[in-house]
Amino acid sequence: MSAAARVAETDEPPVRRLYRSADGRWLGGVARGLAGHLGLPVIWVRAFFAVLMLTDGLGALLYAVFWIVVPLGVGGRAAPRPVFETTADGRRRLRKPDKGQVLALIALAIGFSSFIGSINVDKQAGRYVWPSLLIGIGVVLVWRQADNARRASWTDPGGRRRVLQLVRGLVGVALVGTGLAVFLVVRGSVAQLGTALTAAVAVLTGIALLAGPWLVRMSQDLSEERTLRIRAQERAEVAAHVHDSVLHTLTLIQRNADDPGEVRRLARAQERELRNWLYKPEGTGKDEDEEPATLAEAVKRAAAEVEDKHGVPLEVVVVGDCPLDEKLAAQMQAAREAMVNAAKYGGEGGAVQVFAEVEGRTVFVSVKDRGPGFDLDAVPDDRMGVRESIIGRMQRNGGSARLRSVPGGGTEVELEMERADG
Amino acid sequence: MSDGTGTGSGAAEQGTERRVRVVLVDDHRMFRTGVQAEIGRTDVTGVEVVGEAADVDQAVTVITATRPEVVLLDVHLPGGGGVEVLRRCASLMAAAQDPVRFLALSVSDAAEDVIGVIRGGARGYVTKTITGTDLVDSIFRVQEGDAVFSPRLAGFVLDAFASTDAPPVDEDLDRLTQREREVLRLIARGYAYKEIAKQLFISVKTVESHVSAVLRKLQLSNRHELTRWATARRLV
Repeated sequence: MSAAARVAETDEPPVRRLYRSADGRWLGGVARGLAGHLGLPVIWVRAFFAVLMLTDGLGALLYAVFWIVVPLGVGGRAAPRPVFETTADGRRRLRKPDKGQVLALIALAIGFSSFIGSINVDKQAGRYVWPSLLIGIGVVLVWRQADNARRASWTDPGGRRRVLQLVRGLVGVALVGTGLAVFLVVRGSVAQLGTALTAAVAVLTGIALLAGPWLVRMSQDLSEERTLRIRAQERAEVAAHVHDSVLHTLTLIQRNADDPGEVRRLARAQERELRNWLYKPEGTGKDEDEEPATLAEAVKRAAAEVEDKHGVPLEVVVVGDCPLDEKLAAQMQAAREAMVNAAKYGGEGGAVQVFAEVEGRTVFVSVKDRGPGFDLDAVPDDRMGVRESIIGRMQRNGGSARLRSVPGGGTEVELEMERADG
Repeated sequence: MSDGTGTGSGAAEQGTERRVRVVLVDDHRMFRTGVQAEIGRTDVTGVEVVGEAADVDQAVTVITATRPEVVLLDVHLPGGGGVEVLRRCASLMAAAQDPVRFLALSVSDAAEDVIGVIRGGARGYVTKTITGTDLVDSIFRVQEGDAVFSPRLAGFVLDAFASTDAPPVDEDLDRLTQREREVLRLIARGYAYKEIAKQLFISVKTVESHVSAVLRKLQLSNRHELTRWATARRLV
């Protein structure tokens, strides 16, 4: 409840518009939306409506008017809680209800029953109250259904719960139908029920026949139009990207045409970025500045930086992935040092191969070049690159590093580290 | 992207004795022209480009008409992509006499593209940044019936087979043997077949047979596991 108030305080948009809340609502989201808009605890608004219910059902009327008029939006609540939560062992279970919600539900039930009690004074009125109630519940079900369908269009494009939606819609219609039928029955016109139903069905069929094709056509046009619009948006995004980065790079290449090293570096950086943007599912190419959170990202990032800096291609292969912990971060630094060495001293022999594999708790990284190779014992003691930055760093963090020459020329650095926690 | 340092003179010399007929399938004319210029000097490389195609329908027509030994197949093609070409040429691939073999050549290194064409029956996968001499080498290896695994492809395959925590349906197909895994890992680390053979104290022929076995497992292994693998990576 305080979440709603907090949102209203901190997250204040320049123009405040009233929306019904799609998150954390019980019915139409009117109370939740109002609470978010006014900065009040949602329970106050709900209580207000409940009290208004007692005065000849004015609350219900007001609620319905709000429901119709106010558009559905998101807000009024910080984070939506799903009905199911995932436990630590990966199973789904029904979430525990809020204490406040339970209390409010009880209060609502009491208010509602007293409302019923207040009008259900004699048998005559009761005959109308129950059918109206049925109709009301049915209408509410169908309306809520429409809201859900609308909400689904901006949250979940896949129609996974279509059956459930259909069932809910049908139940709503059935309730309304039953309510109407009961009305007819209690008014003593059972005899005319058959005729009335036949007439109603005939009229409905007529309307369906007349308007059906037109409606189908319209919905087809609408979805077609939507597809076109999405496609146009995508194209605009690609065009913007191409404009931003590719054209920029091409200009730089023209300017540096007499420096093959620079041209190659630019082309490679651009190729990598564009590849990332086009072929990675979630890669937008825009999150370049964020710190990598997983091993695969870290390896790729380090390789890209070395590639840009030294102008030597690095081919990266990553098998498996895991979150980056402190020990792995140290391993990444060692790997980066190895990549720099390989690019500096072994880059003439072709691309440097970087291979990282997560197998169980062990993370293995190998950096291999096809250069002339070098003898660790022949490296003077004052050159700390390999000894300190690679071997020393790995040992200090509980891992191991091995340098060896590859049969057929070149050097390979193998780094092995256990993950801090599984 | 060829650096043209002449490191592959071996392939060029061999080219004078060996001949291979190749069809290029790629929707970018510039790229076809570039590849043609690089590998199409038949007297030097031994590669004879007998046909070109720019989309799926053309590809199937040209391949059926010319019956090349190797098809260089782009993964992204108008009309259904490389997978569709493979599907429609399945009978040519399976022919007992002079089967047509496919080598996927793509600018994409997205896992679903790569695994897709390999499962479709391609004998190997190389990226378009490959040098001319390496490409010629790969073409001859595919022609001889060998599988061509780039380090990246080896990585994808290791990844696909590593993440099967549930017991596989068919033990023989869905598991890589220890040796196959070692071979793949060395390919992923950038070793050549000869180096792998030396490293594991086996013959190059044995390395080749391990690689072919992996390819067969990848092409035949049950769809369920690979789908799960792809789903876990949000590829499908």
